[in-house]
Amino acid sequence: MKMKKLLTKITGLAALIFVLAPELALAAAAKAERMVIVADTRKFKGWEAWWTNLYNESHFYFTLLTVIIIPVVGFIFGCLADLIMGRIGIDLKSRELAEH
Amino acid sequence: MEWLYVLMPIAGVKIFWPGLIILGVGVGIIGGFFGMGGAWMVTPGLNILGFPMAFAIGTDIAHMAGKSLISTMRHGKFGNVDYALGIVMLVGTVVGFEVGAQMVMWLERIGQVDKYVRYIYLVLLAFIAWMVFSDVAKKKRKEREAARAGVKLEALATGLEWHKAIHRIKIPPMVHFKVAQIYVSFWMPVLVSFATGWLAGILGIGGGLIRMPALIYFIGCPTHVAVGTDLFEVMISGLYGTATYTYKGRTELVAAIIMLIGAAVGAQIGTVATKYIKGYGIRIAFGLAVVGCAVSIIFKLLAKKFPAYGTIFDNAATVLILGLVAAMSIYIFVRMVQGAKQEIAAKKAAAKAAAAS
Repeated sequence: MKMKKLLTKITGLAALIFVLAPELALAAAAKAERMVIVADTRKFKGWEAWWTNLYNESHFYFTLLTVIIIPVVGFIFGCLADLIMGRIGIDLKSRELAEH
Repeated sequence: MEWLYVLMPIAGVKIFWPGLIILGVGVGIIGGFFGMGGAWMVTPGLNILGFPMAFAIGTDIAHMAGKSLISTMRHGKFGNVDYALGIVMLVGTVVGFEVGAQMVMWLERIGQVDKYVRYIYLVLLAFIAWMVFSDVAKKKRKEREAARAGVKLEALATGLEWHKAIHRIKIPPMVHFKVAQIYVSFWMPVLVSFATGWLAGILGIGGGLIRMPALIYFIGCPTHVAVGTDLFEVMISGLYGTATYTYKGRTELVAAIIMLIGAAVGAQIGTVATKYIKGYGIRIAFGLAVVGCAVSIIFKLLAKKFPAYGTIFDNAATVLILGLVAAMSIYIFVRMVQGAKQEIAAKKAAAKAAAAS
């Protein structure tokens, strides 16, 4: 129980760092050059045009979507690769923990 | 051959997409096997494929987050991820990283930060390589002594045992991390992760290269658990990095997703390979990767020192890194195939024996 409480506190603290300190959070990328990049929307149609427009109009929504899409795509690809690996016939749920 | 190229919507450059998949496979294998993001391998690779440097880092971090999620899923099923330890360390990592990043900005105002950062990186890599190989040598000595005494070393016995000194520090609260099989003061993983995060922030890297050995040598995690737990951390810090770089407009999501196709396969190969390679096999391969990385940084420093030969040294550094990725990927893939073949053969033999009896 103690461990559970401690972990809840730590998770809360970690969440606080992310939520309450956006200035600090963005400092990591501060080393990137300060210049404005504009995507050329004229070359695209359909979803690509929408995507480039979103980039030009709001980096916030662009970031939000990217941060959602990356783990979702990772999860889907991970599950697919899992399915394929599962067909090989090896045990994918256990391993021997040994150093030598 | 136009179909082999895809126009990147944000960066506005045409990229050879099979190259992105191959890069994804290679980094997926190495990342899943060693438990790191592998930014030091991907960024030069993306640059070679024609990515503007402004987009290479952000795209790399975005792909790294997705790839680490795939590897963490697989390592989690093997029981290689200590989620509690990962969350505890995340606190120290985030705070340490930000302190390091702020410190670099302060150093930038003083000047010459790039040169010093490379020197610090080099010293750190030399220390990690020394740590790994002296550990291997000490473990071999212990094995020889045990053989002389007619006993066998325990499966989890190691050469260097610095973590035992850290475990003796009993500052409350004491925490039992079940998967990692360690009982340690809560503050020790926080302190270690703060230090590794701080170094990563100063060096401008993800930190897996430092955190994985720190988990082994300072926290006392078994190698496989260190790999899995580190990937869990890379996944979260990767998402955080993706947010910061994307907000600055430096991420090409299309490229990251194409790389993820290859990384999904590579991450499975790298992770499953850890099932067939013992902890010290992973440690030795990791040590060699660190040496390769250090040599590439020496080339980069030489390029700055001797501008007349700058191109030659820069190219040598890139070739070395990509050669290292290729060689390591092939080695890990071969070991995984060999291990899987043996396991399937053993299963078939057991089924035959059961049917005969």
